[in-house]
Amino acid sequence: MTPPAPAPATSQPAHGVAPLLSVEDLTTVFRLADGREAPAVDGVSFTIASGETLGLVGESGSGKSVTALSIVRLVRPPGRITGGRVVIDGHNVFDLDEREMRSIRGRRIGFVFQEPMVALDPVYTIGAQIEETLAVHALARGAAARRRVIELLDAVRIPRPDERADAYPHQLSGGLRQRAMIALALSAEPALVIADEPTTALDVTVQAEILDLLRDMRRAFNLSLLLITHDLGVVAGMADRVAVMYAGRIVEQAPTADVLHAPAHPYTRGLLASMPGARPGTRLEAIAGTVPPIGSLPIGCAFAPRCPRRFEACDERPPITAAAPGHDVRCFLYPGAGA
Amino acid sequence: MTALLEVGHLVKDFSAHGSLFRKGPVTRAVDDVTFSIETGETFGLVGESGSGKTTTGRCLLRLIEPTSGEVRFRDENVLAMPPRELRRTRRHLQMVFQDPYSSLDPRMRAGASVAEPLVIHRIGNRQARDARVATLFDLVGLPADAAARYPHEFSGGQRQRIGLARALALEPSLLVLDEPVSALDVSVQAQVVNLLLDLQQRLGLTYLFIAHDLRLVRQICSRVAVMYRGRIVELGPADRLFDAPAHGYTRALLTAIPRLDVTGRLDRVEYDEASFERLPLSEVAAGHWAAV
Ligand SMILES: Nc1ncnc2c1ncn2[C@@H]1O[C@H](COP(=O)(O)OP(=O)(O)OP(=O)(O)O)[C@@H](O)[C@H]1O
Ligand SMILES: Nc1ncnc2c1ncn2[C@@H]1O[C@H](COP(=O)(O)OP(=O)(O)OP(=O)(O)O)[C@@H](O)[C@H]1O
Ligand code: SF4
Ligand SMILES: [Mg+2]
Ligand SMILES: [Mg+2]
Repeated sequence: MTPPAPAPATSQPAHGVAPLLSVEDLTTVFRLADGREAPAVDGVSFTIASGETLGLVGESGSGKSVTALSIVRLVRPPGRITGGRVVIDGHNVFDLDEREMRSIRGRRIGFVFQEPMVALDPVYTIGAQIEETLAVHALARGAAARRRVIELLDAVRIPRPDERADAYPHQLSGGLRQRAMIALALSAEPALVIADEPTTALDVTVQAEILDLLRDMRRAFNLSLLLITHDLGVVAGMADRVAVMYAGRIVEQAPTADVLHAPAHPYTRGLLASMPGARPGTRLEAIAGTVPPIGSLPIGCAFAPRCPRRFEACDERPPITAAAPGHDVRCFLYPGAGA
Repeated sequence: MTALLEVGHLVKDFSAHGSLFRKGPVTRAVDDVTFSIETGETFGLVGESGSGKTTTGRCLLRLIEPTSGEVRFRDENVLAMPPRELRRTRRHLQMVFQDPYSSLDPRMRAGASVAEPLVIHRIGNRQARDARVATLFDLVGLPADAAARYPHEFSGGQRQRIGLARALALEPSLLVLDEPVSALDVSVQAQVVNLLLDLQQRLGLTYLFIAHDLRLVRQICSRVAVMYRGRIVELGPADRLFDAPAHGYTRALLTAIPRLDVTGRLDRVEYDEASFERLPLSEVAAGHWAAV
């Protein structure tokens, strides 16, 4: 393979178009049992354009959820955000006061979690919870709010929405609960929805329905979507671009087809090769070893202990460079990375 | 090949809120399930959550008593066995559970967990058991010093290896693997799957592989049964079943799998739950059965 010529990092939106969300050099640390602080999110940067879907993929503990929580400033001790900027509507959310922040949450950024029971309050009906959000953001009250609730439940294709509005979360199946949470996330008409493993807990047929729904909602509401998942198959059918996280850092970022068909980073390649189903009856190509816990990462490339391609340069921390135009990678195998 | 395990018309009812004097409503978790597993094969059992996969697995080992039906292991009727004989047979039938976090006793060192089945079956003295544990750790790719550590000191993949070592302690011939890698990251999942394939080859093991990840089932199973609401709706060679599914539910399941090569909307087939009928299996092609 002849490496392409050096090029600057390019995974940024076209000139002149301000992205809806811009995350710049975000760093969030956690205090460990021994008192040291270690980064769970380490210099993460990406942008999401209006109407765009970015897939954030990575294995357990890579920092996907902490990234999501940092964006809306919901990181709780022992974690704290120590650096970077998160810009939405031209404002750095780290400069806002708590009241302004609350209006960003819900009104500009909606949340869908893996486990609906986390977001849905078990003691209130689905309808009451959506009405509450409508009231908080001064969008609708009384009969108008009730009508809006039924519209929203209908939009997420919950059958008999007028009856389901009066149901408590535990009275719904997993799939219906996830739909109700999506309705709640959409109720204040956010511009961006952050969906953190929205289908991981669901059966494959229900997962396919929810992904269809998210696709339709994206079109109907002109939503931007930050879709967090560990399943590259899920991003394949959903995302415009993909960012791959490993040990708190984004190691590769490019249009979805490029990541899937021309993966640049050894970790992304390993991840794709270890996915089952491609060649029945054969062994899988596993990546050796496991992700080290935060606080015990190597000083240089975090993937080095597991990397089949590592060489001397990898004792240093690789910068982001372009493997191809619009295809960012954090690896010394690519020119311009200073190796 | 000969059938190692034969399951016939297996039924398991659970009665909810049952009391001494009044039976609650009955859930039929397993409903007239019939299949057989050949020596050395990997037989996949798939289906949505609650379809009865785990309950089927537990009934085969009599970890719970089936309501009715037949289970034959090496042509012996497992359900009719008195306790002593059942204990002897159970050595050959072991189960590995999904959750590597809760399936090990947190207060027990890894070595003691793996040795426990030997202790229960009064096999070997202390020294022989220690040697056996060392062999087993080596077999599943764990360092020897791991025996002295507690479960919380291991990663998910390592815990699943410990669970496997424990299940292999009694040299079983059939392992019921209940979602053995579902809780693991894909890169670690691949390591454990490869280990399962290696062990199968080296030890001549037969697997009943319970899973909801159809991509994984396609990768490693020779034959597959699809369960829906407690019943097998389709059963056949993996390549046949994946390439030419005959039952509507199987088609829905297969077209719902996220695929790497698809962008945009999938050509998904939906299954109308209301169309479900409790039909007997009929042979649609050689060795390929469907409830149609
Ligand atoms: N409350 C906490 N206290 C200490 N460490 C934490 C806490 N929350 C997260 N971390 C650490 O931060 C890192 C990133 O965690 P995060 O939850 O973002 O991972 P993730 O990519 O979302 O993983 P998963 O796929 O399992 O959800 C992990 O190593 C985790 O141990
Ligand atoms: N001990 C029990 N008491 C009552 N009902 C039970 C019991 N165990 C299982 N069930 C019911 O039996 C049915 C089948 O459950 P089972 O656990 O076998 O499903 P499964 O296919 O293994 O699902 P999953 O993919 O979620 O593990 C479900 O409706 C379940 O609620
Ligand atoms: S920088 Fe070195 S160790 Fe890291 S992924 Fe690239 S080749 Fe491997
Ligand atoms: Mg997470
Ligand atoms: Mg189960």
